[in-house]
Amino acid sequence: MTDPHYSLFYVFHFYLFGVIALASALAFVTRTSPVPAALWLVNTMFSLAALFVMLDAQFIGVMQVLVYAGAIMVVFLFVVMLLNLGHPSELAHPRGKWWKLAAGLVGLGLLSEIMVIARAKLPQQLIVPRDFNEQQLQKLNAVGTIAEPLFRDYPLAFELTSVLLLVAIAGAVVLARGRAAGAR
Amino acid sequence: MLAESLALTAALFIIGVMGVLIHRNAIIIFMCVELMLTAVNLTFVAFSRFYGTAGQVFVVFVMTVSAAEAAVGLAIIISIFRHRQTVNLKDINLLRG
Repeated sequence: MTDPHYSLFYVFHFYLFGVIALASALAFVTRTSPVPAALWLVNTMFSLAALFVMLDAQFIGVMQVLVYAGAIMVVFLFVVMLLNLGHPSELAHPRGKWWKLAAGLVGLGLLSEIMVIARAKLPQQLIVPRDFNEQQLQKLNAVGTIAEPLFRDYPLAFELTSVLLLVAIAGAVVLARGRAAGAR
Repeated sequence: MLAESLALTAALFIIGVMGVLIHRNAIIIFMCVELMLTAVNLTFVAFSRFYGTAGQVFVVFVMTVSAAEAAVGLAIIISIFRHRQTVNLKDINLLRG
């Protein structure tokens, strides 16, 4: 792989945010109450946003903070408060020993599979020149780097996404409103 | 940094999968699904350094779909809670024969 030489500063912070993301994800998955779990997940999302910025995807980093940490997690916390689920209950005990064992086995299998795939040889003819992304960033700035291929190469997917969002909005309103308001 | 990013992605994705398998709280399971989607986003961004910026476009699509999925899924959870007064997946067994 044609890795350019990274400074020690860069590598240190890359590992730092990676370790923070991993530790927060582990803390998230071991919580049994939804509110601490959501806050640990927000921490994971923030460190992943930092990693996105370090990987030359500044706009994606901003979107990560706005959409995931800002919007989606707020919706989760809102539902937890709306349904009054914050206090521990019989849900505090996750599944039993055999489920945990099976989950660990599935996790190990998937992990080994992904590691094998990650070692596969990547097609060389698809690789762009090393400073391609930097040039794009210089030429089109952070938003244009994404907007140009989005509107030039994937207009159909973009339009279908708008239809998906419309259907999702309508479906969420209909589902959450319930029968009482419609029967009147 | 590609290998490190891919290893981190794999670890985060596996943590999400195990969370889905272990937990019983429907809301936490939804959060685990969000974690898996974000891990995939990191893969796209890491590969976009070597294969051009098209990968970042797909991240935008993944984010849109996950936002829509969260809205609809939480609406379903609210609807189920209104009928059953629970979000425990053990008690939501309407389709069990």
